Amino acid sequence: MDRKARVLVAKPGLDGHDRGAKIIARALRDSGYEVIYTGIRQTPDMIAEAALQEDVDVVGLSILSGAHMALVPRVIEKLKELGMGDVVVLVGGIIPDEDVQALKDMGVAGVFGPGTLTPEIVETIEKALGRELA
Amino acid sequence: MDLTTVSGLTEAVQAGNRRALARVISHIENNTELAMPLLTALYPRSGKAHVIGVTGAPGTGKSTLVNALAGVYRRNDLTVGVIAIDPTSPFSGGALLGDRVRMRDLAGDPGVFIRSMATRGSLGGLAQATADVIMVLDAAGFDRIIIETVGVGQSEVEIASAAYTTVVVEAPGLGDEVQAIKAGVLEIADIFAVNKADRDGADRTVMALKMMLNLGVPEKFQVMHHGRMLPVNLPKAENLPQGWTPPVIKTVAVSGEGADTLFEAIENHRLYLEQSGGRILRDRLRAATELRMILRDYLLEDLLARTEPATLEALVEAVARRELDPYTAVRQLVSENNG
Ligand SMILES: Nc1nc2c(ncn2[C@@H]2O[C@H](COP(=O)(O)OP(=O)(O)OP(=O)(O)O)[C@@H](O)[C@H]2O)c(=O)[nH]1
Ligand SMILES: [Mg+2]
Repeated sequence: MDRKARVLVAKPGLDGHDRGAKIIARALRDSGYEVIYTGIRQTPDMIAEAALQEDVDVVGLSILSGAHMALVPRVIEKLKELGMGDVVVLVGGIIPDEDVQALKDMGVAGVFGPGTLTPEIVETIEKALGRELA
Repeated sequence: MDLTTVSGLTEAVQAGNRRALARVISHIENNTELAMPLLTALYPRSGKAHVIGVTGAPGTGKSTLVNALAGVYRRNDLTVGVIAIDPTSPFSGGALLGDRVRMRDLAGDPGVFIRSMATRGSLGGLAQATADVIMVLDAAGFDRIIIETVGVGQSEVEIASAAYTTVVVEAPGLGDEVQAIKAGVLEIADIFAVNKADRDGADRTVMALKMMLNLGVPEKFQVMHHGRMLPVNLPKAENLPQGWTPPVIKTVAVSGEGADTLFEAIENHRLYLEQSGGRILRDRLRAATELRMILRDYLLEDLLARTEPATLEALVEAVARRELDPYTAVRQLVSENNG
C-alpha cells in the first residue's frame, strides 16, 4: 500500500450494541488501515457527512437490525449527494441471501456475514480500490 | 469548481466547500505533490483563528469535553474546526480513530468540521503536519481550532507548541493526584480542566494542582523552546510576558457542566495573549522554529539527492568500521557537494 486507506466504520439504525462493529474496526486497524469509528445510532446524513470530513476511501456499515434494505440506499444516496460517489461501500451483518445481490446492485462492493475472516474483507477493499495485494 | 487543481481547491476551500477542505487536508497528510503549492496558496489567508490544544491522559474525557466546549462556541456564534489525533499502531501501521464517537452532538452543524488524524511517522513530522492542517482550517475561516491529543510525554509538548492556549485535562481517581500530574504538563498548561468532577476525589485533584501551581509556575516560554529539538535564540524568554496563572476548572463533560467557565477561561487567555503581545511573540517563536525545521529537512533532502548513493554508502561503512568519525564524514559530504 502506498498510503493508508481510510475506512469509516459506522453503525446506522436504532439497535444499540456495537460489539461486531468494534471487532471489525480493530481487525482493519490491525490490517494497516486508518479506521474512523463513529459509533452507534448513526443516521445516513451523519455517516455521509463524516465520510466527507474524514475523506475516507471506504465506508463500512454494520447492520444487525434487518433494516439494511432501507438504510443502505439512503447512505449511498447521501454519499452521492456530497460528491462522494466513488467511496467503496461495504455492509456487514446478518443479511439474507436474497438481499445480498440487491445490495450489490445498489453499488455495495461487499457483503459480509458474521464470522467473515478479515483477509476476505481486506481483499475486497483492495480490489475495489484498484490496488494490487502485496 | 475543479477539485483536482491547486487553484480550484484553494478557491473552493475559501468559499466554504467542505469536500474541498477535506481533500486539501488529505493532500497535506499524504504529502502529495499538490501539498506544497496548496500550503503556499493558503498560507496568506491564515492567521486569524485562535488555536486551542486539549491534551491529557487516555480516557480523561478529552473528546467529550471538546464536544461540550465546541457546543459553547457554537452558541456564541463562533465556528469550530476540530483535529482529533490518535496514535498509529507501531505493529500494523493502522490506527483506530474513535474520538468522533463522543462528538456526535456536533454532527450536522455546518459551523463545525471534525477531522481525525493518526500520528503516522515521526514526532517532528506530526507536529509539522498538525501545524499545516491547522493552517488550512484557519484559512478556511474557522474562528477556533481545537486539537485533541493523547498526552503521553513529548508529543503533547510538541503539539502544544502549535496552540495558543493549551488545556490540560485531568480526572480524579488516576491514583495519587500529584503523581498523576506528570512533569512537563505543568509547563505547557495554560488552563487545567479537572473533568469527571461528578466523581469522588475531584476536589483533591483541584487542590493538588493548585498547590503545584503555587510552588511556582516555570517560565513557560522558556520551556517552550527547551521543549523543541532546536535552539531558538529570539526572542529571549525574559522578554516574554509573564503574569498568567493557569486557572483550574472543574468540568463534567458528559453533562456540559463547567464548559461555559472553560470557554471563558480560554477566551480570557486569548485576550491576555493579544494584549500582552504574547500572541505576536509566540508567532515569531513558532516561525523561527518552523523555518529551521523546514530548512533542515530541505537541506538534508537536497544534499542526499545530489550525493551518489555509493559515496554515502562508503562513508557509512567507514564510520561503522571506525576508520572515520561521523563529524568528519559529514563535513566531507557537505564540502564535496558544495564544491
Ligand atoms: N462520569 C463522567 N464520565 C465522563 C465524563 N467525561 C467523559 N466521561 C466518560 O469517560 C469516558 C472517556 O471519555 P472520552 O471523551 O472518550 O475520553 P478521552 O480522553 O477523549 O479518551 P481518549 O481519546 O481515548 O484518550 C467515556 O465513557 C465518557 O462518557 C464526566 O465528566 N463524568
Ligand atoms: Mg478522545
